Amino acid sequence: MEEYKTTIGIECHVQLNTKTKLFSAVDNDAVDKEPNACVSPIDYALPGMLPVLNKAAIEKCVRAGLAMNCKINLVSRFDRKHYYYPDLPKGYQITQMYQPIIGAGVIHLPDGSDVHIEHAHLEEDAGKLTHFSTYSLVDLNRAGTPLIEIVSMPDIHSAAQARAYCEELHRLMMYAGVTNGDLYQGNMRFDINVSVSKTDKLGTRTETKNLNSFRSIERAVEYEVKRQIDVLEKGGKVKQETRGWNDTTGKTTSQRSKEEAQDYRYMPEPDVPPVVLEQSYVDKVEASMPMMPNEYRSKFGLLNLDKSESEAILNYPVLAERLNEVCDKNISLAPRVAHWFSGVLLSEENQDKNFALATADELAELSEMVEKKELSSTGAKAVLMEMYDRKNTAKTPHTLAKEMNLLQENDEGALEAIIDEVLQAPECAKAADDVRNGEMKAIGFLVGQVMKKSKGKANPATVNELIKKKLS
Amino acid sequence: MKIADKDTKAVDLVREALEKAKEFEDYHCFISMNEARALERAREIDEKIAKGEKVGLLAGVPYALKDNYLSREGVTTAAARMLDNFPSPITATAVAKLEAEGAIMIGRANLDAYAHGSSTENSYFGPSRNAVDKTRVPGGSSGGSASAVTLGIVQFALGSDTGGSIRQPASYNGVWGMKPTYGTVSRYGVVAMASSTDVMGCFANNADDVDLVMRIMAGKDPKDSTTLDDFWTKDLEDAKPKKKKIGIVKDFMGDGVDPEVVKTVRDYAAKMKKAGFEVEEVEMPIMKYGLAIYYIVQPAEVASNLSRYDGVRYGHRAADITDLDSVYSKTRDEGFMPENKRRIMIGNFVLSSGFFDAYYLKAQKARTLLINAYDEAFEKYDALLCAVAPAPAFKFGEKTNDPLQMYMEDVMSVPPSMAGLPALAAPAGTSKEGLPIGVQLIGPRQSDQILLNIAKTVEEVK
Repeated sequence: MEEYKTTIGIECHVQLNTKTKLFSAVDNDAVDKEPNACVSPIDYALPGMLPVLNKAAIEKCVRAGLAMNCKINLVSRFDRKHYYYPDLPKGYQITQMYQPIIGAGVIHLPDGSDVHIEHAHLEEDAGKLTHFSTYSLVDLNRAGTPLIEIVSMPDIHSAAQARAYCEELHRLMMYAGVTNGDLYQGNMRFDINVSVSKTDKLGTRTETKNLNSFRSIERAVEYEVKRQIDVLEKGGKVKQETRGWNDTTGKTTSQRSKEEAQDYRYMPEPDVPPVVLEQSYVDKVEASMPMMPNEYRSKFGLLNLDKSESEAILNYPVLAERLNEVCDKNISLAPRVAHWFSGVLLSEENQDKNFALATADELAELSEMVEKKELSSTGAKAVLMEMYDRKNTAKTPHTLAKEMNLLQENDEGALEAIIDEVLQAPECAKAADDVRNGEMKAIGFLVGQVMKKSKGKANPATVNELIKKKLS
Repeated sequence: MKIADKDTKAVDLVREALEKAKEFEDYHCFISMNEARALERAREIDEKIAKGEKVGLLAGVPYALKDNYLSREGVTTAAARMLDNFPSPITATAVAKLEAEGAIMIGRANLDAYAHGSSTENSYFGPSRNAVDKTRVPGGSSGGSASAVTLGIVQFALGSDTGGSIRQPASYNGVWGMKPTYGTVSRYGVVAMASSTDVMGCFANNADDVDLVMRIMAGKDPKDSTTLDDFWTKDLEDAKPKKKKIGIVKDFMGDGVDPEVVKTVRDYAAKMKKAGFEVEEVEMPIMKYGLAIYYIVQPAEVASNLSRYDGVRYGHRAADITDLDSVYSKTRDEGFMPENKRRIMIGNFVLSSGFFDAYYLKAQKARTLLINAYDEAFEKYDALLCAVAPAPAFKFGEKTNDPLQMYMEDVMSVPPSMAGLPALAAPAGTSKEGLPIGVQLIGPRQSDQILLNIAKTVEEVK
């Protein structure tokens, strides 16, 4: 069988984390709020209400655009997209159909491939409907939340690359600080356009809408590719349609065919004047942008970390920032900090900690204590956890280690006294004899005894050396 | 303007207005009255005056509010069943500004439903009558407002003008009507018709009263992003025309225009000459396309703006609904008048995929040409002069069965609306039958007061 080539384009909706909504002055954060608690007369579409553009959303757009290496359009406009549904109070969505604020750009993925951005536009989100047996309830808390819709070029060719693109997009938006990035809350939602073809001519595409986890994106692409190939192999034709993803069955199902597609009757929005930006404003925003994942990647490349390790850290902008600061202080202390981040801090049970609590100075200090053998690696992990739990941030790692009684005994004189005591103890006589006879396995028992007597403060490596010397 | 002071009680002004409203009840100027609240406000103002406290520029002046403005006093209907019994939680910016100066709303004036029409015959609550001839329409859509001023019920009334809705009823009733520059007065809290040409203005008995009311309402509103910075100057006398040159729009002086109307414009031009203006005819061939442009752009915006009336959140909802589709279709079928539906259908047609370029986009391009033609004319003239409507007030039912004839009413008033220009309707004469005929002065953007100044000067010519 000839090979099918898969072509994928992705549209991503990103909810912006502005304080207020896109066109009204009510709270944009509806997490844990009662339904319809964040609704202004504008969002409710009372007669005579007019949208007033939230300037903060424009800055977020510029940041998002710069994060994706996009051209920022100095003049952009809004349009109305019409359709009837109870989650859309005005009967139209204010969006940017003709002149979006974010122009073409490109995202460099960690695997070295590039995905081009066609454009990204600013628009308002709709509300939410909950259906019951004989009625539905409308919650407009989300109606009017600013969204940017990022439209990629069809540059993606596999499920894994689709996932990598979405993950990188998520990272970029988090670094740019434009979204809370909580996929579970729907802060980022993805629509995937998939087609397969044996030739250079693109096949008919389907659009699978509203995916909200990286895993579902990968699975949905895999499923669609396989389904479309099956259809073609059986001599059928792929229908251009909108499909939905069912995470439980792992299947996509048809929702709406092209013929049923709505006519949105786009019209320029007369109530919102065009957005006109100065280049100097864009330059100012650009100067305020933080380091982006790819800059961190090249820096962390010097630390000889596993790729999975550094990518895991990159998912948390604050950890990447801390690690980078440690690198700048003393790069030899950084790999240990990186291991702590990926191995300890990012384990399941520690995800709720405030990752910003430990400073780079403190992390470097902790790493240096291990370097200087003042702290065992187990002890260091205990201090690390304490650093993220402490109420009093004035307490340094050294203070914490001391309070926790974890500082190691490196004084050879003091250690020798303990070792002599252990070697003379009757219960250790056999092990000591074994070591003398070259059975080095037995040394572990002796080291353990010394550690116990020193209440864990002895440096095990030093103890090991000293015992060997004494018994040789 | 009669304003409350130590000698004139606000309560008396309001009582007198309410009594007159009752006397002329059969003219149906009002959809609802605001009697109790109006008297209460009048008493508050009288108390302030008695205590020697500061009162506003319109202290105790009763006025009629076109019923498409939102106010927390009473209910706003927009003369449509769709908004029957809609108590607004919001007061329009223009209304709030007037009330801060002590003006007192005595009632909600009748209009064509959603301001769609030129006769008030499209009101769900029935038409108003012309103040001069009861058998004729008062014009529209702000017909109730105009009629109430002419009948002397109120000293001024608010209207809204999208394509002539202030000027044409002003002309039909023989009062002054001002359609200001687009963006002069906030649209916040006014039921939208066509957002890109909707303006808020007023009716009054003379240029000074119009000037005072407009000065109070004008200015930037953070709630309406299309408002302009306040350009209204304090003294109308300072707004002098610089060129002293007026152009008569020749294209509106010929076929299809009643000879009595043409004569009134010529007589007015003669007065202008006496007042020291140079007056000449100017050809503006693009003007004849104004109506065609307007009846594409305006229905498109109307269809869009009326989308929110869906029976889901407020206003009318059909009783026998079975599913979501019937919530929409039955509610909208019952809630809108035939003219509303006609415009919704035209608007959705011109915006639909495949027709957008041919209609809407082309109309917008033609609109730019129209604006350019005006800009060119204003390099030469302070203002352009033409009639407001092709003929004086018509009889009830005369045009209701011919929507195109009804749309022709707007042929002269629509072009300045499409260009966002100020246009003033001033009383100029009467027909042989005694029907009022007004003229229209159109000027460059923000020359509103110059137009008032010119018309005031001409009125003083004997």
